[in-house]
Amino acid sequence: MTLVTESRKPARPAPGSGPGRRAPDHGAWFLVLPALIPILVLSVGPLLYGILLAFTDAQSGRTEPTRWIGTLNFQDLLHDTLFWESFRIGLVWAAGVTVPQFLLALGLALLLNQNLRLRWLARALAIIPWAMPEVVVGVMWRLVYNTDAGILNETLRDLGLGGGHDWLSGLGTALPAVIVVGVWAGMPQTTVALLAGLQNTPRELHEAAAVDGAGAWRRFRTVTWPALRPIALSITALNLIWNFNSFALVYVLTNGGPGGRTRLPMLFAYEEAFRYGQFGYAAAMGCVMVAVISIVLAVFLAGRLRSGSTGGDEA
Amino acid sequence: MRTSTTARAGQYAALLAYLVFLAFPFLWLISTAFKPARELGSLHPTWIPRDPTLDNFRQAFDEQPLLQAALNSLAAALGAAVIAVLVATPMAYVMARRRGRLGRAVTGWVVVSQAFPFVLLIIPLFLVLKNLGLINSVPGLVMVYVVWSLPFALWMLTGYVRAVPAELEEAAAVDGAGRLRTLVSVTAPLLAPGIVATALFAFITAWNEFFFALILLKTPERQTLPVILTHFIGAEGVADLGPLAAAAFLATLPSLVIFALIQRRITGGMLAGAVKS
Repeated sequence: MTLVTESRKPARPAPGSGPGRRAPDHGAWFLVLPALIPILVLSVGPLLYGILLAFTDAQSGRTEPTRWIGTLNFQDLLHDTLFWESFRIGLVWAAGVTVPQFLLALGLALLLNQNLRLRWLARALAIIPWAMPEVVVGVMWRLVYNTDAGILNETLRDLGLGGGHDWLSGLGTALPAVIVVGVWAGMPQTTVALLAGLQNTPRELHEAAAVDGAGAWRRFRTVTWPALRPIALSITALNLIWNFNSFALVYVLTNGGPGGRTRLPMLFAYEEAFRYGQFGYAAAMGCVMVAVISIVLAVFLAGRLRSGSTGGDEA
Repeated sequence: MRTSTTARAGQYAALLAYLVFLAFPFLWLISTAFKPARELGSLHPTWIPRDPTLDNFRQAFDEQPLLQAALNSLAAALGAAVIAVLVATPMAYVMARRRGRLGRAVTGWVVVSQAFPFVLLIIPLFLVLKNLGLINSVPGLVMVYVVWSLPFALWMLTGYVRAVPAELEEAAAVDGAGRLRTLVSVTAPLLAPGIVATALFAFITAWNEFFFALILLKTPERQTLPVILTHFIGAEGVADLGPLAAAAFLATLPSLVIFALIQRRITGGMLAGAVKS
């Protein structure tokens, strides 16, 4: 991922170079272990364990020993129409949140990069969605969407556009309603990342293009975008992953309802594992989710590499 | 660059729209928190409560063990932040100062770990913690939070370490300071602000976290604030709006205050770790 740009500083002599160099190497291990052990024990290990679980019939609170069942979970999953429906909703949600999130964040970043008054206020307000617990974001929007006491319906009533909509429990409105919340909640991070990219674009190039008579759109396309592209792609890839894996927002807003219309794959797997105790089956769902995310990312990043030679890829 | 007046007006209009979009839900939360029950039951709610009251706050504390939940959240977040920084700083130092295979492997892991859905992680963790008797306990949750906040902590701290010129350390070494001495008296003071910012960020992340807490904490007296908040919403999805808003507002305040303090450093740290190194 581009965010991980290794610096290319010229090699410098390491401290204490020469014969005394052996000793610090042991020191390095000593420094690394405190973080490495938890990562291995509580992150790498459990993930491998989780993948193994997908090939077993592990259940919660069962006394008989867990058995290997090969790919039976995956075969069942293949015919589980509820899961694939949830999967489809997950993809709609992920794309429906990520795309507007990016466009809105780009707009805001471009504005914040201008010399406008009230910029400080926008920066301050952008903190709110970022810093808030996701549960509170969900609670807050429940209040906004509330049928009687919500501000959304009241505003619609004031504008004479009707009202009395039950946004979060209407079959047609629930998914769009939660997508709006997803966009709102994720916008700040994206904005900050894009703003950072904008502040790295060469100002002289911009001015030169303006002198040459290039309009705002042309300047954006030829100067700003090439410089912004690597960051834009990285943050979008991350957003796509995060959104596809999101849980708390929708859990609080609708808990998957009405009639499963907002049941994201994470909610589905959570219920399977911790309500019905089907650990093995839920782990298989997790594996499928990882596989699909990897494919989507591979396609996304391959597309990026193909058209990546237009220059400006140096962050 | 000169911009025409109409373009400027358009920019301000757009900025205003953003401000409204970003701010209104939070203002509505505050407004709801101070409204008496009778106003919340009536049609035509107003932005400013007609009859502002603190009843919702009192009722929120009566209905749910908010104080205990806040203490649990504090313990979990504090434990996670301190431990995460303690274990991440040395590793970040190594990753920043020498580019070996290990550094690349860890960086790769940081990226890859973002892609795994938490279900795949939480089921085995749940089984492991259950065997260790650490389900429904704050220490168990702290362990999970430490690992969970490590990727970002490593990321930020590596950037901060790179910002400390290695030449300073070399100079100290030339002056005869030992390696440990150099780290403690030269590097650490310069790194301190970055370490504090990282710790605060880990604190907020843990304070806000919901998914792991929901699964690992079973009884109300052990649960953290985000989990307790969901208890205000009944099984049928019907919520007691006033107390819910009041509790949600209180639960957010620490995050907002801390985040406001460190926001510049966070964005700075992200940049230092990422864009330009």
